[in-house]
Amino acid sequence: MGWVVKLKKRFSFILKWFFKKDKMKIGIYGPPNAGKTTLANRILRDWTGDIMGSASDVPHETRRARLREGVRIEVNGKSLNIDIVDTPGLATKIDFHEFLKYGMDEEEAKRRAKEATEGVIEAIKWLDDLDGVLLVMDSSEDPFTQVNVTIIGNIEARGLPLLIVANKIDLPNASPARIKSAFPQHTVVPISALKGLNIDNLYKVMAEKFS
Amino acid sequence: MEGVPLNLISKDKLERMSTMEKLRMILDEVKEGKIVVLESGLSPEEEAKLIELTMLEIDHENFVGIEVESYPRKTVSFFQKIFGKSEGRLTLIGPANRLKTLEKHEDQIKALVQFM
Repeated sequence: MGWVVKLKKRFSFILKWFFKKDKMKIGIYGPPNAGKTTLANRILRDWTGDIMGSASDVPHETRRARLREGVRIEVNGKSLNIDIVDTPGLATKIDFHEFLKYGMDEEEAKRRAKEATEGVIEAIKWLDDLDGVLLVMDSSEDPFTQVNVTIIGNIEARGLPLLIVANKIDLPNASPARIKSAFPQHTVVPISALKGLNIDNLYKVMAEKFS
Repeated sequence: MEGVPLNLISKDKLERMSTMEKLRMILDEVKEGKIVVLESGLSPEEEAKLIELTMLEIDHENFVGIEVESYPRKTVSFFQKIFGKSEGRLTLIGPANRLKTLEKHEDQIKALVQFM
């Protein structure tokens, strides 16, 4: 990497602070099945009236990144103009045998595995083109996964604003406190994207963090 | 003798290698069934690149991916951000079908390595 690029990266967080944009491109990241598309759908339904795409219990349901431009969120007199990127779930391994458990035949499972690997690559490439990230974690699961550590490390290295969304608080074993104690340096907002619990608070924090 | 090949790579060696050299070495060894431990770890960008390269090399029959574990990075100060002093912490990488993470905390990783 050239020294100019290195220097630019190191000072990017200062430059971003001085030259804030009118519109932010926000990526929704997280491991498979954390509820990324459900959250994207919730945000779009609340502020535009439509949805991003289908969500399901099958891992890697979203295998291509989806961009929705021009979403305007207004909370307590503050407005936030964002483009939302719903990304495929990040993973370090993809085994087609996992998909067989969901009733797919071998050919379909292999095709899905191939598309899922391409989706992970696409999600990583999007990191270079974002102004902020919503990192969705399943609050009923252990938050110390490599995917979470890698995303947070990349966002910190780029100096981008990050909000951790502790999703699925409607589940009986959910523990947003576990996520807060794992990543105390970041803002954690507990929600249920599926049921809409605490979603207004998420919009309030998004308006403060990203605008 | 039956056993698990474990390669511990020193910080000095890692510092002499480019990102692509490091990632190629890691993937080649992991695809041979070895567990790789990096003393100084990888940077966040290198971790993301490692995942990207892994995805390109997955095949259905022989290689389904990696298990990679590193400690969460310590919060860096304003001056560390400017002068780039932040360093990766120890990283453990292995084939997904041999290495399984049991527990991971801020300063401790417990992993299980399976015999072939």
